[in-house]
Amino acid sequence: MNSEKRGPGFYVLTAFFVLFVLFLYGPMTTIFILSFQGPNGGLTFPMNGVSLRWFENLLFEQQAVGDFGGAFSRSLLLGLMAMLTTVVVSLLAGLAFRRRFLGSGPLFYLTIASLIVPSILISLGIGLAFNVLGLEPAWYSSGFGAHLTWTLPFGLLIMFAVFNRFNPAYEEAARDLGASPWQTFAHVVLPIILPSLIGVGLFGFTLSYDEFARTLMTSGSFNTLPLEIYGMTTNVTTPVLYALGTVTTLFSMGVILIALVMIAVLRKRRARRLAG
Amino acid sequence: MTLSRIVPYLQATPLTLILAAFLVLPIATIVMVSFWDYDSIQIFPAFVFTNYEETITSPVTWSTYLNTLKYAGIVWALTLAIGFWVAYYLAFHIRSATMQMVLFLVCTIPFLTSNIIRMISWIPFLGRNGLLNQTLMTMGVIDQPLEFLLFSDFAVVLAMVHLYTLFMVTPIFNTLMRIDRALIEAARDAGASAFQILTNVIIPLAKPGIAIGSIFVVTLVMGDFITVRFMSGGQSASVGLMMANQIALLQYPAAAANAVILLALVLLMVAAILRIVNIRKEL
Repeated sequence: MNSEKRGPGFYVLTAFFVLFVLFLYGPMTTIFILSFQGPNGGLTFPMNGVSLRWFENLLFEQQAVGDFGGAFSRSLLLGLMAMLTTVVVSLLAGLAFRRRFLGSGPLFYLTIASLIVPSILISLGIGLAFNVLGLEPAWYSSGFGAHLTWTLPFGLLIMFAVFNRFNPAYEEAARDLGASPWQTFAHVVLPIILPSLIGVGLFGFTLSYDEFARTLMTSGSFNTLPLEIYGMTTNVTTPVLYALGTVTTLFSMGVILIALVMIAVLRKRRARRLAG
Repeated sequence: MTLSRIVPYLQATPLTLILAAFLVLPIATIVMVSFWDYDSIQIFPAFVFTNYEETITSPVTWSTYLNTLKYAGIVWALTLAIGFWVAYYLAFHIRSATMQMVLFLVCTIPFLTSNIIRMISWIPFLGRNGLLNQTLMTMGVIDQPLEFLLFSDFAVVLAMVHLYTLFMVTPIFNTLMRIDRALIEAARDAGASAFQILTNVIIPLAKPGIAIGSIFVVTLVMGDFITVRFMSGGQSASVGLMMANQIALLQYPAAAANAVILLALVLLMVAAILRIVNIRKEL
């Protein structure tokens, strides 16, 4: 099959794809380079020397505005909360949708609606609802809920994709061998879908960690990291902004990498076990 | 037996409760507050239509909605054109499954990083003294820096395409991967040219993916305010931005009326897309 000759279309599309990847990563690379700007350098090229000045400034000095450390730890914690909740709730809902139940249609459409309702509406709605009910909005309550309306639909869609491809013969075999429903789940279903659950967790964490519009009116008096970064764009005019961009992007990439490695290791282990 | 009957309900309960509390209740609140009245310091319960009246009769509203629709149209066309060919390339020209996975991940990773940072990263590129202007000036193409690159409609559209193309790539890639390769073989054996295969086999079969991607992009652009605010430098308007400004001025009932109109418009657009393309078999 691979012997088929490549036509001219292949080379045109390869060039197009390369340009697309450059378009995706090019701008990110420029701020990565500029964050190593010399102490007197500005927000654009040319580089005025190379230094770690702006990382130092970001990590060890008091900023004129904002609270980077606090915002980061809030976003981290919120991301972890969203991750755990997304994994558990989507898994449960994914299992529920494997069988027919009353109201499964409306619940499905409601989940999709959660995905297509503009973020600012969720933000405004939750803010207003808390206001009307006399509750104080905070990142761990209203902000957390707002993030879930964004992470859960993705989680559920991934679970759909997983269970659509899931071969029920494994469960039947386990049942025939006398396993209880719980044993079937814990020893058969869970190990098979574990790599996908890590994917769900990755989405849950990163989508929450980077969420801006839904947090805007729901975070209460303390900022999450994206809000903090947005605040910085209006009043910080030094490359410290780029240093912050580089640090948070590297952090996101690190999280993605860890998740991918975990998925790869789990897959390999399973392949080895099946072979052995 | 009865226990196993209620299991799906128990499993679906957490999702239902979360969506009820953070999606249904908030939207119901928006609808309610859109009929409330307000003065310069507070909002209070009432049943007035003034918020809708003021919104609908203001020419600013109309031009803002038109401008937002313009963004949606342009960004939709561009993301569709780019997204389709990227997905097509991955699905039909990359032959090893591993390579497909790797390249798909390369496209996906930026989606999992911060939108704000990705917007900021255009500044050194497009700015007055940015990379693009410097390059063009050194090459002698222009002798004055181009002013329209940053803080303009151009920048808004560019950033939106940058942020949202992935929402087109993923669903289209997904449908293309499900196309039975035998159909393409058959078309080729029957004498179809590459172009005929594309227009008569691949594109019709890719329609559900295109529809899902379109729904994503259109709804994201219609509700967007941060990209418009940041990339236009406050010079362009969008519905989301108008709402954000009303919220900042504590005119919640006005923002709520606007939100209800926006939601109705977005749902109409989604319904229109679903009418043209049946996506049910995709789900």
